[in-house]
Amino acid sequence: MNGSGGSAITLRGATVRFGDHVIWENLDLDVAPGRCLAILGSNGAGKSTLLKVLLGLLPLSAGTITVDGRPPGHGSAEAGYVAQQRVFDPDLPIRGRDLVQFGVDGQRLGLPRTRARQVDPVIEAVGAQSYADVPIGLLSGGQQQRLRIAQALAGRPRLLLCDEPLLSLDPAAQEEIVAVIDQHRREHGTTVVYVTHEITPIADVVDQVLYVAAGRWAAGSPDTVLTTQSLSALYGTHIDVLRVHGHVVIVGGDGTGACTHPDNDGSAGQVRDRHDGHAGHAPEGHQH
Amino acid sequence: MGLGFLLQQPFAQHALLAAALVAVSCGLIGPFVVTRGMAFAVHGTAELAFTGAAAGLLVANNPVVGALIGSVVVAGLIALFGARQRERDSAIGVILAFGMGIGVLLLGFYHGFATAATNILFGNIFGVSGDQLIVLLVIGVIVVAVMGIWYRPLLFASVDPEAAEARGVPVRGLGLLFLVVLALTVTGAAQVVGTLLVLSLAITPAAAAQRLSASPLVVAGLSIVFAMVAADGGLLASFQSNVKASVFITSVSFAIYVAARLAEPLLRDRRRSRHQGHPARQEATPPGPAAELPGTPGAAASAEDGRSSRDPAIRKAPGR
Repeated sequence: MNGSGGSAITLRGATVRFGDHVIWENLDLDVAPGRCLAILGSNGAGKSTLLKVLLGLLPLSAGTITVDGRPPGHGSAEAGYVAQQRVFDPDLPIRGRDLVQFGVDGQRLGLPRTRARQVDPVIEAVGAQSYADVPIGLLSGGQQQRLRIAQALAGRPRLLLCDEPLLSLDPAAQEEIVAVIDQHRREHGTTVVYVTHEITPIADVVDQVLYVAAGRWAAGSPDTVLTTQSLSALYGTHIDVLRVHGHVVIVGGDGTGACTHPDNDGSAGQVRDRHDGHAGHAPEGHQH
Repeated sequence: MGLGFLLQQPFAQHALLAAALVAVSCGLIGPFVVTRGMAFAVHGTAELAFTGAAAGLLVANNPVVGALIGSVVVAGLIALFGARQRERDSAIGVILAFGMGIGVLLLGFYHGFATAATNILFGNIFGVSGDQLIVLLVIGVIVVAVMGIWYRPLLFASVDPEAAEARGVPVRGLGLLFLVVLALTVTGAAQVVGTLLVLSLAITPAAAAQRLSASPLVVAGLSIVFAMVAADGGLLASFQSNVKASVFITSVSFAIYVAARLAEPLLRDRRRSRHQGHPARQEATPPGPAAELPGTPGAAASAEDGRSSRDPAIRKAPGR
C-alpha cells in the first residue's frame, strides 16, 4: 500500500521496553502518505509511547523506524503534535493566537512576534476566531483544544500526531474538529495519526487501525481488526464484537475498548502474539 | 541638601545607574519567573549568594566573583535535583538549607572582615563602586543577549512544554540556561540592592504586568518599566527623606502590584465585551450529524476518497 512517495511511517520489529517491562514488541507498521491511522487500546497499553517514538523523543529498544523515509530526529518542526489535554493556568500571559504562532516558528530563535497573516487562516479553520485574543487560561477546555489543534496545523505538518485530541469536546465539537483535521489531510496530503480509546468520532476518516493491548498488537483495516476473532486473540480472552444495526459494539476486554464501528467487508489484518511472534489470526497477512 | 545637589554626587549617580541596570535584568526575567513558577528559585539563589561570597572571600579574597561562580553552581544543582517541576521547590529548599550551613562554616574559616560577605546578603545601594557597576553592566548585557536570542523558544517551552519538545525545542537545556541567567541576575542584584529587593524587582513587576495584558511582549515591556519605576523612583524618593531606599523601592513595587490587581477586572470586562461582539461558533453548537440515527449516511468527509460514508453513531459498551 506504499504510495508513490514511499511510506510516511514504517516500523519494523519495533519494540519498547522499560527495564523488563515490555510495552509492545516486534511491531510492524506501514502508513502511506496522506492516510489516517488510529492507535487504539486500553490505558497504559503504550499508545502515547508510540507517539513519542514517532516524534523521535523516545528511542526504540529494538527494531527500526522511519518517518518520511528517515529516522525521526529529536522532536521535529515538520510534525504537528496535539498533546494530551493539559489545562492552561488562568494567569498565563499568552493569548490563543500566540499559542498558534508557536506552531509556525516557536522553535526558532528571536523575540516572539504574532503575525495575523500566518495564524488567522488556521484559527478560522478551527472556528476559534472569536476568542483568539483572550488569555488562553480563561478559555474552556474545548476552546483551548481547538487552539492546540490550530497550533499543530499552523506549521503545515506532513505528519499530524494527535494524542486524545477530542477528550474534552462534546460530540458536535468532536465532529467539527475531526472534519477540520480531515479537510487539512485531504488538501495538504498530511498523514494523520490519532491516539484514542474511542474510535466512534473518527470512524469515518480512519483508514488503518493499530490496536495495542498487553504487549501485543493487531494492525489492519478497521473492519478486520475490530472483529470478535481478532480482538479475542489479541486480549487472550473472549471479546464479543457485536453487530447491531450495522454497527460494531465491542464488549469485554478491560472495558476501555468500548467503541462502535460500522459493519463492512474486511480486507487484511493480523494479530501477532507477544511471545512467539506468530500470527494468531492472520487470514491474509498484512506484511509488506 | 537639595535633590539637584544630591544628583551630582557620584554615590547617588552610581546608585541610580545600578538600580536601573538591576531593574532591566530583573524586569526581563520576571515574566518567566512568574510563568515557570520559580519565585522560590529567586529567593534561594539570592540567599545562596552569601555562601558563594564567603567561599570567594576565603579562596581569592573576592566575594563578588565567588558569588557569581556560586550562583552558576546553584543553578546547576537546582536543575539536577529539581528536574521535574513538582520536586523543584523542595529541591531548592534542600539546597538552600545545606548551602547556608556551608556558608556559615566557610565564614568561620575567614579571619578578615566578614562585612563583604554579609553585604552580599543585604546589599548597600549607596556603596556601589565603579567595579560593581561594571559587573552589573556585564550581567545586564549577558541577560539581554540571552533573552534576545532565546526568548521565543523559552516562552514556548515555559507555556507549552510538551508541544515545544515535540517541535524540537530543547526544553531541558533552555530550563538550565534560564536558571543560570536567573542566578546571575539575582546574585548581581543581591550584592547591590540586597536579597529583599531582588524579590521585589524580579517578581512583583512581572506579576503586576501579567494582570494587565496577555500579550507576551507587552508583559515583558511593562515588567521592565514597572521595575525601573520602582527601583529608581524609590531611590529618588529616599533621597528626600531619612527613610531607607529599600522601604521606598518595595513600597512602590507593591503599590504598582495593587494598582494592577485593581485595574485587572476593568480590563478583563473590556476584553470580554469585545469578545462577545464577534459572535461565532461556540462550544454549544446544535447537535451535528453525530446525533443522527444509525443507518443514515454520515458526514460526507470521506466521500472524496471513494470510501463509503459511515455513520458515526455513539454507543458505549459496558465494561467488564
